[in-house]
Formats: sequence, C-alpha cells, structure tokens
Amino acid sequence: MTMGFRKEFFADERDDNLNEIGKPTRRQDILGHVTGRSPYFDDHLFDGLLHIRCVRSPHHHARIRRVDTTEAQSMPGVVRVLVGRDVPRNLNTLLSLLDFGIDDEPLLAETKVAYKGEPVAAVIAETEAQARAAVAKVRVDWDVRPHVLDVEEAIKPGAPVVCEVYPGNKFIYHGKYDHQKLRYGDVEAAFARADHIVEGRYQMSPIEQAPIETCGAIAAPETNDRYVCYTSTQALFFSLGTAAKLLTMPSNRLHFVGGTVGGGFGGKVDSLHEPLAILGAMLTGRPCKFAWDREEEMQVGAPRGAERWYIKDGVMRDGRIVARKFTGYFDSGAYTRLSSYAIIKGVGHLPGPYTIPNVYADVYCVYTNRTPATAMRGFGITGVDFAIEAHMDKVADVVGMNPIDLRILNAYRDGDMKAHRREAKNCALIECCQVVAEKAGVALQATSRGASSLRDGGGERARLPAHTALDQKGMVTGIDTGGYARKGGGASRQPVSMPGYSMPAAASAARPPAQASPRPAAAATSAAPSQSSTTPPPPPAAPANAGDRPRQGAMRFSSISGLRRR
Amino acid sequence: MGLHRGRGFAAINYPIGMNLGGDPSQALVHSNPDGKFTVALSSIDLGQGMKSVTRQIAAETLGVPVADVYVDTADSDTGPHCMGSFASRGTHRVGNAVIQAAKEARAVMLEAAAEELEVDAADLVTDGQGNIHVNGAPSRSITTMAACQAAQFKQGRTVSGRGIFLIPLSEVDPETGEMTPVSCFAHAALLVEVEVDDETGEVSVRDMQSAYELGRALNPKLVEQQLVGGAWMGMSHALWETTEPYYPDRSHGPVDFNHYLMPGPGDIAPHHISVLERPAPDGPYGGKGPGEMCANPVLPAVANAVYDAVGVRIDELPITPEKILRGIRANGGVKPRQRLARGAR
Amino acid sequence: MAKTPVVFVLNGSERASFAEPGQNLLEFLRRGVGDLSPKYGCGQGTCGACTVTIDGETHLSCLTLAESVAGKRVGTAAGLATGNQLHPLQEAFMEGFAAQCGYCTPGMLVSAKALLDRNPTPTREEVVEAISGNICRCTGYEPIIEAILAVAKGRARA
Repeated sequence: MTMGFRKEFFADERDDNLNEIGKPTRRQDILGHVTGRSPYFDDHLFDGLLHIRCVRSPHHHARIRRVDTTEAQSMPGVVRVLVGRDVPRNLNTLLSLLDFGIDDEPLLAETKVAYKGEPVAAVIAETEAQARAAVAKVRVDWDVRPHVLDVEEAIKPGAPVVCEVYPGNKFIYHGKYDHQKLRYGDVEAAFARADHIVEGRYQMSPIEQAPIETCGAIAAPETNDRYVCYTSTQALFFSLGTAAKLLTMPSNRLHFVGGTVGGGFGGKVDSLHEPLAILGAMLTGRPCKFAWDREEEMQVGAPRGAERWYIKDGVMRDGRIVARKFTGYFDSGAYTRLSSYAIIKGVGHLPGPYTIPNVYADVYCVYTNRTPATAMRGFGITGVDFAIEAHMDKVADVVGMNPIDLRILNAYRDGDMKAHRREAKNCALIECCQVVAEKAGVALQATSRGASSLRDGGGERARLPAHTALDQKGMVTGIDTGGYARKGGGASRQPVSMPGYSMPAAASAARPPAQASPRPAAAATSAAPSQSSTTPPPPPAAPANAGDRPRQGAMRFSSISGLRRR
Repeated sequence: MGLHRGRGFAAINYPIGMNLGGDPSQALVHSNPDGKFTVALSSIDLGQGMKSVTRQIAAETLGVPVADVYVDTADSDTGPHCMGSFASRGTHRVGNAVIQAAKEARAVMLEAAAEELEVDAADLVTDGQGNIHVNGAPSRSITTMAACQAAQFKQGRTVSGRGIFLIPLSEVDPETGEMTPVSCFAHAALLVEVEVDDETGEVSVRDMQSAYELGRALNPKLVEQQLVGGAWMGMSHALWETTEPYYPDRSHGPVDFNHYLMPGPGDIAPHHISVLERPAPDGPYGGKGPGEMCANPVLPAVANAVYDAVGVRIDELPITPEKILRGIRANGGVKPRQRLARGAR
Repeated sequence: MAKTPVVFVLNGSERASFAEPGQNLLEFLRRGVGDLSPKYGCGQGTCGACTVTIDGETHLSCLTLAESVAGKRVGTAAGLATGNQLHPLQEAFMEGFAAQCGYCTPGMLVSAKALLDRNPTPTREEVVEAISGNICRCTGYEPIIEAILAVAKGRARA
C-alpha cells in the first residue's frame, strides 16, 4: 500500500502550520493492544460469574402458546430462567430515545416471534455449558404462522403482518406516508425530453459486521444499590438509556464502562445485551455475562439490512443526466431498530454527488420475517451508492462516454442546489476523479481535465426548480411515529389530519424552511390557488393527550426534537 | 478459456455525522497540578482511533505536547454525554467538543501563567513543548507545569474546560424530503483492476487506485489505517460476504467463518491512495471522518470492473463465481469491454 | 462433577489451576488462570483470536481441552515481552500501525512469533500462510504483513 498527499489541491483553504495535528503520532492504545492488556468488556474477572444463554425461535413467524421452563429450571447449575414478564418494561424501539418510532420490540418475546432466532427466554447458570444444556430443555409450544421474506411481497395487500404496530409492513413517516419522499422538479416531464432512458435494479444482500469480538456485556451489583455494566457498545449513553427504560430504573443507578471495543462497524449499537445482563444481576444478585457466540453474532445479531433499488435516469446525448428517479426498499427485518433513520439518511443522500435538475424518490422501510437489520459502516448510504455508481457505468455505456468523464460532467460544484434543497459547498468530487484518472493513466476530455469544484457552479444551477410535482401517494392515517425531525415540530400523538389543507393538481415550488443559512430565492410559483399547497399547516397546539404515552426511564434525548422551537 | 482483466470506476461522497444532526457530544478537559491533562469522554474507540485523534486535537488546542495529554474513556460516571461512535461522527463532533473544552482550559492556564509572569494573557503563546512565553520574548517564560501548580495551590484557579458540539436537529419535509442532512461531506474516487477466471468465475482484485478527500488528515497513519482497512472491507463486501447467500431465502446462512467468507492476507490487492484535504469549515482543524466512506466506492467499482473484464453485469451483491459463470453463459461467452485501459479515451 | 487440577508452564513460569469438566484451554487460561490475552472470537476454531503455543506449536485454545496441557509449555501474547522489554514483533506492530481495535492482535502476534521462531527469514508468501488462520477485520492485513517482514529483515541484518 502507498499513501501520498496531494497538498496542492485546496491549498489556499488550509493553514498547514500546525503542531500536533498532522503528525503520525503513535496510537495511545497500541501498547495495550500488543501486550494483550487492552481491557475489552470480557477482560474483567468476577467471582461467581453467571452465564446467560437465550432460548430462540426456530421459526420465522409463530405465536407463542406456552413456554415451559420447569425442566430447565431444575437442570444442574441453573440459577434462574427469565421470560418476558420478568422484564419490567418489555417493549422498546431503539430510537424512542429520540422520540422517533413506536415501541415494537420485546427484549424477550411473550406473545409471538417474528424472526428465526428471536429470544423467548433466558437461562442463567453457573457455567456456559450448563446454560446451553438447560436452554435445550425449555419447551415452547409454537403456533407457526405464514411468513414473508421478500420486501416487495411484504408490502402487498394480504401479506402476513410482521410487526403488528405497522399492519402494512411499512414504517410510517411524519404520521402521514408509508415512505419518505424526495420531490425535486418534475422527473416525468424530463424523461419525456431526454435522449436516453436508462433503468436498473440493484440488490444488496445482508452482510455481517463480523467484528472479531462478539457483542456482549457483563453486569454486576455495585456498591450503593447500583449496577455496573461492562459493555462492548458503540454508544455508551444510548445503551444506558435503553437499559434504564426497559428496566424502569433511574439512569444514575447504572454505571456503564466501555470505550475499548474489538471492532464495531455498526453492529454494537442495538443495546440488547446490557438490559438482559443487568436484569440477570438484579434478579440473582450476582455478576451476569450475556454475550453472543459466533453463530448468534452471524445469524441472530442484526446485519446490515438488505436493500433493493430501482433507478431510472433520463440522459441527454452529451451525457448530462437531467432526471433521476429512485424507488428504494430497505429490508428492516422483523423490527424497526435503526432502519427508520436509515431511510431518511439515504433520501438525504440522493441523487449522489451530482447536480441533477429533477429528482424523485420513494424510499420504504419494510418489515419482513428475518433478523432485524441495524447499522453497518456506511449505514443508509452504502447500498444506494452501489446502485448509483453501477448505474452511472450503464449510463456511460449508453452515451458512449468514458465513465470518469461522465462523473466529472455531472458532478456537483460549489454553489449548486441539491435535491434536498440546500446549497452544495466544500465539494471535491471532481478533484478526486481527476487524481484517479491521472494515476490510472486514463485519458480524460479537456473539459474534464480543466474542471474544478470551485468553478461553474451556482448561478442557474443554484436555483430551485420552477415547478416540483408533488403527490400524496402512500398516505396512511392513524400511525404516529413521534416528533423526531417533524416539520413544524409535531409532538402530537393524534392522527394527522389537516382540515382545509388540499393539494392542487399542479403544485407550486416548495418554500424554503425558516433556517438561518442563506438560500437562493425560491423560483416562481405556478398558477396555483392562493393557498400555497406546500405551506405547512400551523404547528399543532400542545397536545392534550401528551401525557397518555408515559415516558419510561430517566434517560431521554427526545427534547432535541423541540430544540428548534426555542 | 482464460483470465480477463477489467477496470472499474466509482466516485462517491459521504455525509459526516448523524443524519439531520441532533447528535451532541461533550468533553471535559482538566489538568492535574503537574500540567498533565486528562480529556474525559464517553466516546468509544472501536479501533478507529478515537482516543488517539482526540488526544492530538486536545494537545494542539492546549498548546502542549501530546505526551502531556491522556484521553480517558468510557465511563458513564466520569465522562460527559456522548451520542456514540457511528455515522463517521467521532472526529467531527467529539473533536469539536474537545476543542471547545481545551480552549477554555488553555485560557485559564494562560491566565495563571500571566499572573505569574506579570504580563497580559493576550501576550502569551505556548511553544507546544511544555512552555508558555511572551510572544517574541521567549526568555520570559514559565513551564506549563509551573503555571498549573500556581493555579491550583496559589491562585485558586481550575485549569479545566467544558465543551459540547451540537448541530441542531433538522426538520424533514414530508412532501419534498427537504432537509439538512449534514454540514460537510467527504469524497472519494476509486479505480479497481480485477482479473476474472472464465472457467471458475473467481475474481481476483489486482490493484486499487484511489483518491480520498477528507477535510484534513489529523493523523496520517490513522487515516491510512481507515482507508486501507475500509477498502479491504469494501472488496470483501463486493465479492465475498453475505449472511443470506440466497436472499431473500434464508437457507444456507453461514454460522461460522468457514462459510462466512472474507478475503484473507493472500487475497489482498495493492492499494495506492492519494489524500486530498479541503477543510470542512466546521470540522476540528477542518477534519472530516474517513471511517465509513472508505469502503463504499469499492463495491460498485468492482461490479463495473467485472463488467469491463467479461461483459457480465452483476447488479446483486455479492458478486459470486456462480453469478459470473451464469452471466457468461447467458451472454454466449466472454465479452470484454476495456473502456478504461491506460491511454484509452 | 470433579474439577481437574492442571499443572503446566505458562510463559515460562509454572502455574496450577483447576479445570472445569470439559473446559477448553481458552476459558481455562482466561478465567481459571487469569491470563486475559488470548481472546474469544468464535469458539469454532475459525478466527484465530485464541491462538496460543503449546510446546512451541500454534494451537487454537478454544478447541483444546484444558486438561491436555498438563506438563506442557504454553505461550500466550502476554508472554512475548520480558518484563518491560518488548518483543521486536510488538515494537514493529506499534511502529507500523498494525493494530486498530487490537482484538486479533494477541493471536496474530503468537502466530507471527511461532513463524519467526521456526523460520527467521520468511518470504512474504510464508508470512501470509502463517497468519492465514488469524482473521483481522480492521487493518486489511497489509500493515501486519509488513511489520512481520520488517522484524524478519531486522534479524537478517543482525
């Protein structure tokens, strides 16, 4: 491997006269790594440590008729067998800490399981071998149900309902739609004018984060009626807050220690181990370890979720992409976890680092009867970037253009308007393309060689589109997933209906939001009724029923969704 | 019947930090009386170097050698809140919080030194070697250790600081998707050369040429670690890994590393990396986070290279020998494209 | 069920502890003896994080019965340094940034040391083969290979 700096690019934007910054200073932790002294969560010795192993569903989808733990409880070394009703608050969704989502997932399933591997009981025993032996003796009476594993099958009417909170097997956004929309300009009109139409379908299967250290936690009673928890989590306070909520415990009775983790890559954010380990410590009075073995890490631990993308481009013969339409399906698996957030992150990323005047996207968070998905390196972006860049290659073929010239032609430049209606700045795609072409000996057109992120952007390219086609496709009422990022700050739990609000057929250009950063003037509106169709309704008054969703646990970040109102 | 070389290209950008913002991190910096600083965080080092990069940021801001700074993390009793290590947010968010905390601590240290030297704090500079002196008059100086001792035992000052960095949460428009995803983006372009065996379908990655723009390389070796390791993971994702080989069917899901495949040390390719730096206006010393975007361009570049080599478009990951052989058969043979050859136009 | 006393030599010193019935050497070393340097990565013998030496040969301690090392010499990463004097491999890994999360590092170092002990001047291919049983998820292997070769070169020069 070789790594070199191209300091000449953007040199006048940098002051390279720094002291410690920029130095190849030896890592603070590397001596610990090479001596084997770096303290991962499991590198703490406890007298009387107990081991937790879970009883897991062999079925993709089943109702639980009965869980019989009597034989397991009498097995050698077994101290306790936990079931769902032992969990003080046995329903959560990770992002409830941000007021995003509806509690949908139990720590230990009580009424049904929605994926193969879902835990229904937890055996706590003196040794891991004894715990495994007792797990095999737990008898569960299953009522197997039909299951669905394909995202496009799951959203068809009549598909088995994976997660009862979302009967259509889709997460509901803004209390209004079963997907997140991106609408910028008018792709259909642009397709009609394009010289070429290029279509593609892209599929990314789930993959494992596969850190060499598996997920786990050890919890123990500490002095002063607190619990200490050594954990592999990537998000200490997220996990602490989740544990506080599930265990209905004040957050300051929990002492979380971590910070040194054997690889995470996104797979150590789900905060499943800490609550169960602490619950074990609470109910047995002894230290408890709950960690996945490698098989669990691979098939029960949440993977990067599969994604399916359909892309349709309208392209002119000179290579300019004038319209890009996406339909995206994130396979969230059986529960929401972080997938709801990934969709929004993905939508904010479209159409890629290119200035395309008409962009349309419908992106769905779909539930299927498989292991729930979670974050992984590039969360929300990796899948769609694979699709976009494979698609660009097809476009290059169709127009007969060098793939690198095509990127540079369409690349965003400083000052361009992006599809999520913010100005592009600090761009550098062109320069990266130029450097690679030069190193790889690929000859570029003169216009590509002479291009720069700092030039030719803005102006016409800074304008919002004159007309954006809007629609109300995919509207769903009665499901409110919280106030996170809601326009106008919706904290209401009432179904969202907007009296007097109607969407005329020809919608006007979107109005920029009230934010501090300067924005180019909105383009002229079309001939619409005087009530601007995109003026949002006034924020709802403080909801009368705000109290009917009692907040559990002391740790809650959800006040951030109210920040903007202050 | 043979080996076919092909080249594929991809270019991406990557949003730095949690989407929409709303992801705060705090830092606390304090000195013991000897002028040795501790940075207290609750941030997580997964291997990406969180402890190391924040140490350098603190040392730079404080104006002391890195050996005088220790980063302590993560303990919820002593570390202030941090949202966590994900979304390439660590360097950007935690780094900025550390800068704010270190600035406050530095200001107190300079006040303490100023009182001892009987000068104005505004006239003082640090030399980054453990000394504080009057700007332009290096002989009028005091060690950071002496300044901190005076602060603690004589003057009654706390040489400490607090920092928080929060980008307020953006709204999302339900009708248009309008939002502020992040405040800065990193960039990458990558050209990969592969060799495809048309009898076995196996793909060997021969070479990678890349350019990554990441604001500022706060520590070039940590950056290199991420870019090399991340590109390896990208290669692995493109050609080897899956938990569901027959997705959406769950059969034959791997349960161990015999079946969950990743390239080993004998499968890696030379990777020639160029680093560009366009500082993020709100990044710590301009830094963005390279930890995730390093893998992303490899996936499509490999898919494009396979197409270039044998004319088979594989739009479903991972790209397996089975898919390649089926594709070659469906095409009636190998159909190389060779669109990015050296000197080609 | 009765525990078995196991007397053996760990990193040059005689040790004794009791093994649970059927306990593997990894758990025995970590919890029975208190040497936390070998790591659990899979328990299936496919990742190498638990690599130790037994009488000079590398073994996967997760697949080795603890009792079977009675009377034998076991080497772990914790025994690479002599007091404060680091092994050249440890120096080379630090210098070459050959670790990120550090979790595979103890096993990797044991495999590397076993290689250099039997073959002080390996080719790159021989280094690759020697570490092919140690999975690293972070580094992409190149810095590890280069660190091992650097030590080999250093010895060749001396």
